[in-house]
Amino acid sequence: MDFDIFLQILIAAVAAGTPFVYAALGELITEKSGVLNLGVEGMMLVGAISGFIAMAKTGSLLVAVFVGMSAGALLSGIFAVLTLTLMANQVASGLALTIFGVGLSAFLGLEYTSIALPGVPEINLPLLAKIPVIGKLFFSFDILIYCSGLLFMAVSWFLYKSKAGLVLRGIGEAPKSAHALGYNVIKIRYMAVLFGGAMAGLGGVYLSVAYTPMWVEGMVAGRGWVSLALVVFATWRPARVMFGAYFFGAITIAQFHIQGFGFDIPAQLLSMMPYIATIIVLVLISRNQNTIRLNSPASLGITYHPDNQ
Amino acid sequence: MLLRIEPRSEPSKTMKYMSPLIAAVLMLISGIIIFTLLGKNPVEAFHAFFIEPVNDLYGIGELFIKASPLMLIGTGLAIGFRASIWNIGAEGQLAIGALFGGYIAILFNDSNGFFILPLMLLSGAVGGMLWAAIPAFLKTVFNANEILVSLMLNYVALLLLALLVHGPLRDPNGYGFPQSVLFADSAILPILVEGTRLHLGVFIAFAGVFVGWIFLLKSFAGFQIQVAGLAQKAASYAGFQYKKLIWIGLLSGGLAAGIAGVLEIAGPIGQLLPTVSPGYGYAAIIVAFVGRLHPGGIFLSSLLMALLYLGGESGQMNLDLPSAVTGIFQGLLLFYLLAADFLINYRICIGALKKEGI
Amino acid sequence: MTSMKKQVLSVFILLACVAGFSLSAWAGDKLKVGFVYISPIGDAGWTYQHDLGRRELEKNLGDKIETKFIEGVPEGPEAERVIRDLAKSGHDLIFTTSFGYMNPTLKVAKMFPKKHFEHSTGYKTSKNVGTYMCRFYEGRYLTGIVAGKMSKSNVLGYVAAFPIPEVIRGINAFTLGARSVNPDVKVKVIWVNSWFDPGKEREASEALITQGADVITHHTDSTAPVLTAEEKGVYAIAYHSDMSKYGPKAHLTAATHVYGDFYTKTTQAVLDNTWKSEAVWSGIKEGSIKLAPMNPVVPADVVALVDKTTKAIADGSFHPFQGPVKDQSGKVVVEAGKSLSDKDLLGMNYYVEGVLGNVPK
Repeated sequence: MDFDIFLQILIAAVAAGTPFVYAALGELITEKSGVLNLGVEGMMLVGAISGFIAMAKTGSLLVAVFVGMSAGALLSGIFAVLTLTLMANQVASGLALTIFGVGLSAFLGLEYTSIALPGVPEINLPLLAKIPVIGKLFFSFDILIYCSGLLFMAVSWFLYKSKAGLVLRGIGEAPKSAHALGYNVIKIRYMAVLFGGAMAGLGGVYLSVAYTPMWVEGMVAGRGWVSLALVVFATWRPARVMFGAYFFGAITIAQFHIQGFGFDIPAQLLSMMPYIATIIVLVLISRNQNTIRLNSPASLGITYHPDNQ
Repeated sequence: MLLRIEPRSEPSKTMKYMSPLIAAVLMLISGIIIFTLLGKNPVEAFHAFFIEPVNDLYGIGELFIKASPLMLIGTGLAIGFRASIWNIGAEGQLAIGALFGGYIAILFNDSNGFFILPLMLLSGAVGGMLWAAIPAFLKTVFNANEILVSLMLNYVALLLLALLVHGPLRDPNGYGFPQSVLFADSAILPILVEGTRLHLGVFIAFAGVFVGWIFLLKSFAGFQIQVAGLAQKAASYAGFQYKKLIWIGLLSGGLAAGIAGVLEIAGPIGQLLPTVSPGYGYAAIIVAFVGRLHPGGIFLSSLLMALLYLGGESGQMNLDLPSAVTGIFQGLLLFYLLAADFLINYRICIGALKKEGI
Repeated sequence: MTSMKKQVLSVFILLACVAGFSLSAWAGDKLKVGFVYISPIGDAGWTYQHDLGRRELEKNLGDKIETKFIEGVPEGPEAERVIRDLAKSGHDLIFTTSFGYMNPTLKVAKMFPKKHFEHSTGYKTSKNVGTYMCRFYEGRYLTGIVAGKMSKSNVLGYVAAFPIPEVIRGINAFTLGARSVNPDVKVKVIWVNSWFDPGKEREASEALITQGADVITHHTDSTAPVLTAEEKGVYAIAYHSDMSKYGPKAHLTAATHVYGDFYTKTTQAVLDNTWKSEAVWSGIKEGSIKLAPMNPVVPADVVALVDKTTKAIADGSFHPFQGPVKDQSGKVVVEAGKSLSDKDLLGMNYYVEGVLGNVPK
């Protein structure tokens, strides 16, 4: 009985952590190229509402995913033009993106507030889902959760096993040298930013189409910011991003279970936990200059343009 | 392609001041397009959005009420931003300021001493600074990124305020609803113009902007901040203590936001509620940028932003325009500004390559 | 150049005047009735019910009135401006439909002594401000009966917004209703500290279901608890609106609020110049509380019992908080033969026996 509850909490934590997985892995790629996009929250919101509208209109998850990713990428495209072509400040541009995304999503979503969708069916993989414990834990999620797992594998392979990944990391470390070697730094950074936007959009789609499934103004509720924190928390490593995402998912879920079990802790205190945990982790990893330096892309947040040297 | 981009030999002063205007004009044009797409008569919509809210004394009062927290916080943040210290936590610092100030008002609810308002302001300022001190401390001691820390603390602060207003600070005769007692008159900023809500706090905000201006442009610390913002390394060569600047940069934002929080609860709200700000802390970031991180510019841009808020309501009331348009306008304004800033360092030339004449 | 400027300016001023005139010209004939909503109307929920009422009002008195609503108005200083603008633009009767509008409504009412204001769920009235609220707890008691009968695990889940008396009253009434038919039943409460946050409501519902609840109800605004119950294969009892289309299998019934009558009567009173400031608290008797149609899985004897209790509440022979009522410690708070007064109901801040956990302080 108790073990079953524990298992259920784990399963719920994976679902709650999945939006973080998408958004944070996307941002990880963006940051690895040396660009800091603070607009994740805005891109997730716009992805969420675009995907939701597509789902409501067509009923097709595939279309919803495609539309949500495109919307996120489009929004990150604005950021890319501002910071990469027009060399605007990355922090200010990212914040503008978030404020704009919050407004735009609320605007697009006016007609869609509190309309419900059918939701995405869980796929119980035949046979596998029947295996006790493991079956439940690994093989009874909806398709977007499996896709997030695939994304993790793809991102890890790309960063550490592919030549393109090596180039991307190189650009994040030393854009000048990469440029000297003949790589088109701006073009590759564009691609990295667009990828980040598409993944943030997909994270939003997961929330509005599969997780809730419903659209409400501001429904991302800070998850975009937590995703940004997660990338730092993970010291820019995909496997740690996964751990962090599920850890945060677990905290989110645990606060309700703690209440349900009758512990007398005010709900607001419990709701603070994820944010305080992020700060603590940030402090722990930032404390040591070397951990940060070893892992963080050296040119992160610094504007670079080949004509400008 | 006949359009070419070439770098200017030195940044254009004209463009520096022109680009906010260009951004505002582009935003207006986009607005007209959006209104037309929504099937509204653009002239009517323009009237409803930008004229209707301020066509009487009350409306002008509302404009200043709305603008005052924005200009105050914007100025405080600009001090940090100039030194490239990114305090995104004004929203939380405002909430803690309101909490500290509100606590004084609740504590002295039975007395009507003249000291209550000044004490509230002082307490709010301390609260805002304490909250801003957390990212400053973690940045200087542990090197933790102040953007993320200050941002996470927003959520913590809003929850903390909600927690206390739901609990100990709740009105004991309020049937358990989450709000404090109504403040006594001695804890309310006096109304200056009969028939409006224009209160003394507006002038406190003006004063804050003025003090910020003196500090930034006339003091040595302001100069240090300027240099540090331009080149961190240069600043450390010059012997400025970067750590000290981090403290100044964050605390100034916290101070301004804390006072702004008190102005809200002692002004238009008149009691402590679980939420005291509709996002002033975030909007003030745009205000600071659109105002060129200069107190004078911030004053003007805060009025523009305030008008966007009021216009959103008025558009909804008169033309059934969705109020979410406000956020779109605010975001677009900043996008256009950031894009137009490109012209400070670059020029767009028409025609084939030619030799520099100037 | 200057004449051009002048021309543009004069055209502009003209336009501004025309626009201003056309806006102010309409007032007069019909009574203008304004509504201030806390959230967008959407498909179900608190604001949706108020808007149903507004639509019924338009249907009933459409030729004599025109209505206007402003949705998504945050509580606090923004509300005061919106309410004032409504009053200023010729609305003679204004309904403000959220608790946090209480003080702003009173402030504006003072400035416009000739206008009429009605504030929902508050406790302060003045010469031209009345209040109105439904006896939500009556519906809660009835749905509690259904939940108590339908539960097999004897654990009921309750997703709640904020620990204020209105919500606590609902939890207690629900618990009393459930325990009147099933004394073993317990009610688990999870607070989400938000009126409307589908993500949290879903997570809280899941947690309740995981911890053994097989009937879920909620005092929050979204359809997420019903959706979650449908997905997890347990029952749900909705609040505010009939949400059966979100969970055809899960949705047993819903405690809904009906405002059409009240809005029509009040507006008619203003038209007839007979309006008085009152604190109206209406329930099943007045038709303000109704249950949504029962799911066919609810056995006929349960439906009959609910009907019988409904009638008893309507004719006053039964009160949901009829003694003996015990609090969690077993202390009798309402003695046998008595029932709780409205004043005690309004300030309720304790759980009755059968609710797990403590009221958050």
